[in-house]
Amino acid sequence: MAIDYKALKNGGFMRQIQKDRFSLRLKVVGGHLTSDQLDTITRVSRQYGDGRVHLTSRQGVEIPFIRLEDVETVKEELAAGGVDTGVCGPRVRTVTACQGQAICPSGCIDTYALAVEISDRYFGRQLPHKFKFGVTGCMNNCLKAEENDLGVKGGLAVSWKKDACTLCGVCTKACREGALTQTETEIVLDESRCNHCGRCAKSCPFDAWDGASGYILSFGGTFGNLIAKGEEILPIIRDKETLFRVADAALAFFDAHGRPSERFRVSIDRAGWDTFKEAIRAAYEG
Amino acid sequence: MATQPLTDILPDAAVDITDVVCPVTFVKAKVALEELDEGQILSVRMNDGEPVQNVPRSIKEEGHQVLKLIDNGDGTYQLLVRKMGE
Ligand code: SF4
Ligand code: SF4
Ligand code: SF4
Repeated sequence: MAIDYKALKNGGFMRQIQKDRFSLRLKVVGGHLTSDQLDTITRVSRQYGDGRVHLTSRQGVEIPFIRLEDVETVKEELAAGGVDTGVCGPRVRTVTACQGQAICPSGCIDTYALAVEISDRYFGRQLPHKFKFGVTGCMNNCLKAEENDLGVKGGLAVSWKKDACTLCGVCTKACREGALTQTETEIVLDESRCNHCGRCAKSCPFDAWDGASGYILSFGGTFGNLIAKGEEILPIIRDKETLFRVADAALAFFDAHGRPSERFRVSIDRAGWDTFKEAIRAAYEG
Repeated sequence: MATQPLTDILPDAAVDITDVVCPVTFVKAKVALEELDEGQILSVRMNDGEPVQNVPRSIKEEGHQVLKLIDNGDGTYQLLVRKMGE
């Protein structure tokens, strides 16, 4: 029987240099695995692999040295233990995330919940080439949003609450953008300099800032053969509906303008950033 | 200026956390607070920069009441915080 390597690859089995051995890529969303899933992975790796796993650069897990004849059994055993296989090839890949607001005090958004939503909506969707989403909780950018085809970064749209403020001076010092100045009577916010990092709201000991969560998107990042940083072309987005409308539009643009085996960045460059911005703007405005 | 009392709030105890670094800054302040009774006031001296941007807020998030934060004008701050119950 001829081996359908392409089908194997689509199912997350990566051919190794060793004959008839495959490294199996698992589905991990937002870098989270439960201890039960880890138990399953451990068992499969011991029984069918060589007792090791490989942690990929994008929070993925691969079990190498799976034999061709065990492929189906391995898939079944993993599925029974709550572990799905990942994908390779020209489609939406693992959605990565930092710990975000649910765990990290600096977080401005719930990164894990968003990663799950993005993954449920797009994971495995076929496109001209691979497509990576990454979600980072704040300006500290632990997850490096701009490395992704579509990066999401959490931010806070802040507003000062005069009544609660004691003019202690902490927020103006915490702001690294020079967006805040303190007068005798108030804190003045220069919106044009504010990058929505939320440091003012997070450092204020008197709760004198309102901070509304939002999403800052970057488009066209790629860190493989071609290295380019994703570009921010929209203001901070305040609701998920708009976020997904824009993400839908970005993928539709890639489908419409991308040539096979060409990364999103290259498609945007060729179609023109103005054309791309127009399409994204239209989606943003709804 | 720096010798003048900047507040009429009288602390029950004081701790200096300018001699330790993150994350011990917060821990040292927390331990000092644990030794107080509910309602008592602790004065915490801390450095400008990272400590003053994190410690007062973290103490607040632990449920204590931040009363005042005073810039000592010498690169340190004095935080006055009232211990609250569990
Ligand atoms: S990016 Fe921000 S929210 Fe995410 S882990 Fe880093 S500091 Fe925390
Ligand atoms: S940190 Fe809070 S209380 Fe202090 S000056 Fe800023 S807004 Fe006012
Ligand atoms: S959100 Fe960040 S940049 Fe904007 S005012 Fe606050 S500290 Fe400054």
